[in-house]
Amino acid sequence: MTSAAFARPPGVRRRLAAFLYRHPRLQLRLLLAAPLAWVVVAYVGSLAVLFANAFWRLDSFTGKVVFEPTLDNFVTLFSTAVYRTLALRTVGMAVLVTATCIALAFPIAYYMARIASRRVRGLLVVAVLMPLWASYLVKVYAWRTMLLGHGVINWALAPFGLHGPGTGEVAIWLVFTYLWLPYMVLPIYAGLERIPGSLLEASSDLGARAGFTFRRVVLPLVLPAVVAGSIFTFSLTLGDYITPQLVSNTKLLGNAIYDALGVPNLPLAAAIASIPVVVIVAYLLVARRLGAFESL
Amino acid sequence: MTAAPGMTQANVAAVRLEQLTKRFGDVDAVAGIDLEIRDGEFFSMLGPSGSGKTTTLRMIAGFETPSSGQILLYGRDVTGVPPFDRDVNTVFQDYALFPHMTVGENVAYGLMVRRVPRLEREERLTEALRMVRLEGYQGRRPGQLSGGQRQRVALARALINRPRILLLDEPLGALDLKLREEMQIELKAIQQQVGITFIYVTHDQEEALTMSDRLAVFNRGQIEQVGSPADVYERPATTFVAGFVGTSNLLRGETARAVIGSDGIYTVRPEKIRLASPDAEPAPDEQSALGHVREVVYLGSDTRYIVELDVGGALVVTQQNLETSSMEALAAQDRPVRLVWKRQHVLTLGGSSGPTGDGEGAESA
Repeated sequence: MTSAAFARPPGVRRRLAAFLYRHPRLQLRLLLAAPLAWVVVAYVGSLAVLFANAFWRLDSFTGKVVFEPTLDNFVTLFSTAVYRTLALRTVGMAVLVTATCIALAFPIAYYMARIASRRVRGLLVVAVLMPLWASYLVKVYAWRTMLLGHGVINWALAPFGLHGPGTGEVAIWLVFTYLWLPYMVLPIYAGLERIPGSLLEASSDLGARAGFTFRRVVLPLVLPAVVAGSIFTFSLTLGDYITPQLVSNTKLLGNAIYDALGVPNLPLAAAIASIPVVVIVAYLLVARRLGAFESL
Repeated sequence: MTAAPGMTQANVAAVRLEQLTKRFGDVDAVAGIDLEIRDGEFFSMLGPSGSGKTTTLRMIAGFETPSSGQILLYGRDVTGVPPFDRDVNTVFQDYALFPHMTVGENVAYGLMVRRVPRLEREERLTEALRMVRLEGYQGRRPGQLSGGQRQRVALARALINRPRILLLDEPLGALDLKLREEMQIELKAIQQQVGITFIYVTHDQEEALTMSDRLAVFNRGQIEQVGSPADVYERPATTFVAGFVGTSNLLRGETARAVIGSDGIYTVRPEKIRLASPDAEPAPDEQSALGHVREVVYLGSDTRYIVELDVGGALVVTQQNLETSSMEALAAQDRPVRLVWKRQHVLTLGGSSGPTGDGEGAESA
């Protein structure tokens, strides 16, 4: 050990680095500790607290929360027709919005991935992403203004003797579809782009026309990407309460939670909130089986 | 089948290309080629990348539409016919197996498209898998197979449709050397067994020489020579062919005048040249040139010598190491030598169009 570098005793930093080098698992734990803590406390933890809240009840006289485990809130949920209607309407809306987004996104994504030139493709990606940069509230208010009685939609349709969808379920459906469409276009675009062109050529070479190739080759290969996109459109619709409130008088589950909080009946709100959580968890389990997580 | 009625197969070319041209932007990828491929032959299209061989194959398959010219398959003009209506099938360079289908579903895809009854479909599937020695693999996914096995699936998927012509686009390019050599033999055997026309695109001259009945050498969108492997190797038509198929070993200009005794471009294959001592006397039917060994490359079974000629230029000489040890071979470095060859092994070349025709005898194989 004649070299000068070795002669000097190693500093603390060097020794620490060497120690970590010899203990790779410890290194990994240190690295993951902070983000994992964040995920556990902020996401999983809050969900757990929410769920736990659903088992308390509100004392109807004092208006205070009674901390005794009870299933009262769930009994209320299942025995009140309104909540059943709300749940079905909300899930139905989420399904409808998702289906519409798929129908609209597929041709756009197909054009972007397989037909457009490189330049046009870049422009289209920007065009699809651009609406995400604008504030959600601004966009919903813009729709509200357009949809209301004296709004631009009715004004434009008036000469034809028609009038717009007004404020109702159709309005919610339109606005949700508008809002979440980019979340569907991008995964489908990525999924389509990943399919090698030679697969389509091979199908054609083996005698298949475009329709057959689409059903048997393109669709199965891009399905995980579609499911990935639908996770966004579905769960975003399930949880939103601002859009229904602004563009219609119709209520979804989110509005019911909001109302319950206004009472304030925190335990009931928590119980209602657990419905979309359960639906989404079930949906994610199905999505995982369809291979959607590899396409995110 | 699709041959026009009244035509006998024997005298109709499997493929006829007439003034076939494909332009990409302002580049002529294929620049007006004429070619006839006979029924039942193993035909190779050989050339460097960008020479137009793959584009030509893709036009025959129908994946590219020609800018001008015509394609006739067994006498039928298919120039504007989409791939799914042509009686050809393709083995793709990347295999193009459908990853979401099993091996069986992949292979039977063409039969499913054509609504072949289930029973016949299964019979033909079994037969196709047996031909490529993949019995019992139909339940696997392409992702679970090795490169060589995928290659066989691709082959079975194309052959099960009993096309009249099979197109193969560098099908062995992704395999390692050993497997490639095995597959070469197997492909050739399968071709003889099924007796259909194979059109085989490759940039590997050895592959083209070993497998083909005839081959076309492509360069810059044009065909330099069409012939049997022996024709092309022993009587290359151009300097490009001489260089691409084998080692070019060109003698031209000053060197040609000094060694051969006349102007022109000549070539001598490296294995036809003998190394002798400078004072050796060549026989009357032989020619010779003096030089010194610039480099010795020991290749195991052979040794390659690059010899700088005294009159300018260089020649590559390969000698089998029948008795020579590597020590002896390597000791030849820098030694003065006389190169001797028989006059009959000197080939006269036509016009030069190739980028490798630089007269330096640099190896290109």
